[in-house]
Amino acid sequence: MASLLIPALTHSLPVPSMASAALLELPVVHRLAHLAPLDIAVIAIYFAMVIYIGFYLKQRTNTSEEFFLAGREMTAWIAGLAFVSANLGALELMGWAAAAYQYGILATHWYWIGAIPAMLFLGLVMMPFYYVSRTHSVPGYLKLRFGESSRLLAAISFALMTILMSGVNMFSMALVMRVVLGWDIHFSIWVSSITVALYVALGGLRSAIFNEVLQFVLIWAGALLLPILGLIEAGGWHNLQAQIIARFPGQNYTHLWSGLGSFTGNPMGVHWTGIVFGLGFVVSFGYWTTDFLVVQRVLSARDLRAARMAPVIGSAFKMLLPFIVILPGLLGLVVLPMHLVGEDVAAIHGGHTFNEVLPLMLVRYCGPGLLGLGITALIAGFMSGMAGNVTAFSAVWTYDIYQPLINKNASDKHYVTIGRWSTILGVLVSIGTAYLVMNAHSIMDYVQALFSFFIAPLFGTILLGMLWKGATPKGGFWGLLVGTATSIGLFLWVYRYPSALSYVAFSPHAQSMAENLYRALWSWTACVLVTVVVSLCTAPKPVAELAGLVYGATVLPQEPPVVFYKHEYFWAAIVIVVFFILNLIFW
Amino acid sequence: MRTSISIWFFIGVLLLLYGALITAYGVWELHTGRTAAVALARLHAPVWWGAVLLVAGIFYVIVFRPRPGR
Repeated sequence: MASLLIPALTHSLPVPSMASAALLELPVVHRLAHLAPLDIAVIAIYFAMVIYIGFYLKQRTNTSEEFFLAGREMTAWIAGLAFVSANLGALELMGWAAAAYQYGILATHWYWIGAIPAMLFLGLVMMPFYYVSRTHSVPGYLKLRFGESSRLLAAISFALMTILMSGVNMFSMALVMRVVLGWDIHFSIWVSSITVALYVALGGLRSAIFNEVLQFVLIWAGALLLPILGLIEAGGWHNLQAQIIARFPGQNYTHLWSGLGSFTGNPMGVHWTGIVFGLGFVVSFGYWTTDFLVVQRVLSARDLRAARMAPVIGSAFKMLLPFIVILPGLLGLVVLPMHLVGEDVAAIHGGHTFNEVLPLMLVRYCGPGLLGLGITALIAGFMSGMAGNVTAFSAVWTYDIYQPLINKNASDKHYVTIGRWSTILGVLVSIGTAYLVMNAHSIMDYVQALFSFFIAPLFGTILLGMLWKGATPKGGFWGLLVGTATSIGLFLWVYRYPSALSYVAFSPHAQSMAENLYRALWSWTACVLVTVVVSLCTAPKPVAELAGLVYGATVLPQEPPVVFYKHEYFWAAIVIVVFFILNLIFW
Repeated sequence: MRTSISIWFFIGVLLLLYGALITAYGVWELHTGRTAAVALARLHAPVWWGAVLLVAGIFYVIVFRPRPGR
């Protein structure tokens, strides 16, 4: 997902990239915000709290299951909030607020159709197989289902890309802190890295999850005030709509679906087929059901019911996020006195960029204390995103690379030690990546693009593996490989010959966002086709070996009956009804 | 969870501290009339938003306070 001025981000879901290379060229002529002593106190309290939590949890983190899977004892609420929070980095918040300012309410699709169905599918359909197989990771499931080669392909690509992305995000956030607060880049990188390394190496996944839940609450506490005050100033939602239409005549900024009948009918240059099939199916399902960064949180649930309920709870909160992310971006179109521009334009002519809309809204409404709270929410989001990357890296490195390739039969204590050291190693590599990006800016866009190559085909492989007994080890491996190669090939094709976009995304008017969606669709299709064809030509595993891994060969454990309002299907039904109502309201 | 201190207690402590600091600042603003130069300053957001955080913090601290055997 090459970043235009915004798209691409935290992990693999194509979301806006906050800091493209162009931002580096911006001189820091003035910072957006000045912190008062009260703001500094608010930030300092947060740092003290997360470090204390790390030390407190260290005494409860002794075995590998405790370090890598938080002892598998999290409640549905904690696992669910950590699940959604792991994807809620500071760059995501700022990037999507910027996307809302640039593209309008269309950005909401990445929170609704681009998340809710996939999260429910994970909880209700896929989670039982992940959970019952007792795997420690997504590559671990591939090992059980398709064998060692598929596991290694997925594990090595995941570990490499996760740690590179962590470095890119670290640098992006340091850059944001420079623009917003005038902080030194080196100071931001080292202080945040040392803090994350400390609390994750001490408390493992449990520490990361605690801080993700903390971060989730902080984000709401710090950001909810913006839409409340913004709507008061704009005179309510209907007045906001009217003012947007008056200021930007002919632009469809306030409708989710009505402008998607053609590539030119909306500011994003995307067609409804790209949103529904590319985003709503392949990209979204690929990210939310196979990216170990988020799946790891649900694997920490204390029982199967909690594991199924956690994504349902997460989906309900995900559905609410546009009110604190997208709405401030839309409000910025009306209440901010200046017009924001792209980074390229700002680099030449000056002015504020789209990416600054959320900090500008913070500065507009928040005085001492509240501003510190908002900045703390951004810092917390950044650090928990980084912690998510290093915990996932640490688990995959230890279980899926170190154990099978380097040391098969070590003690449990040894693997915990490796996990702690790989956490520190992961942070150091991230720092190295951050400095590499600082000196070679264009790397950032390529790393962000690279990560998107793996998720769509991985979803094809795992989906067939879970639902089709006939998928064979060779089919799984070759499908994954060809799907990934397809994604890389299409990216290079468009990069070398921009006119190829007409074929990849079906329209020369498609923009980068649309290209990402269609590229994912193509690579998923290639993966599925190759997996099916190769599987039909090779010998499948005996059904007895598929128990606990595949639909139709697995007897799920009976969960104790509960009253209807504690049942995951009841809440999933409510979520899906609200999802449809919201889409109709903002049609 | 087996942890004797719940994550919700930590969250309560944080909200309580933030709520107390922000409310105190808001009350000081209200009392002295030296409001920060922000939009809608007349609404005194630090007072009521700080109070919301404070009440939520007190609730979580009380309900999820560490207790033996929990």
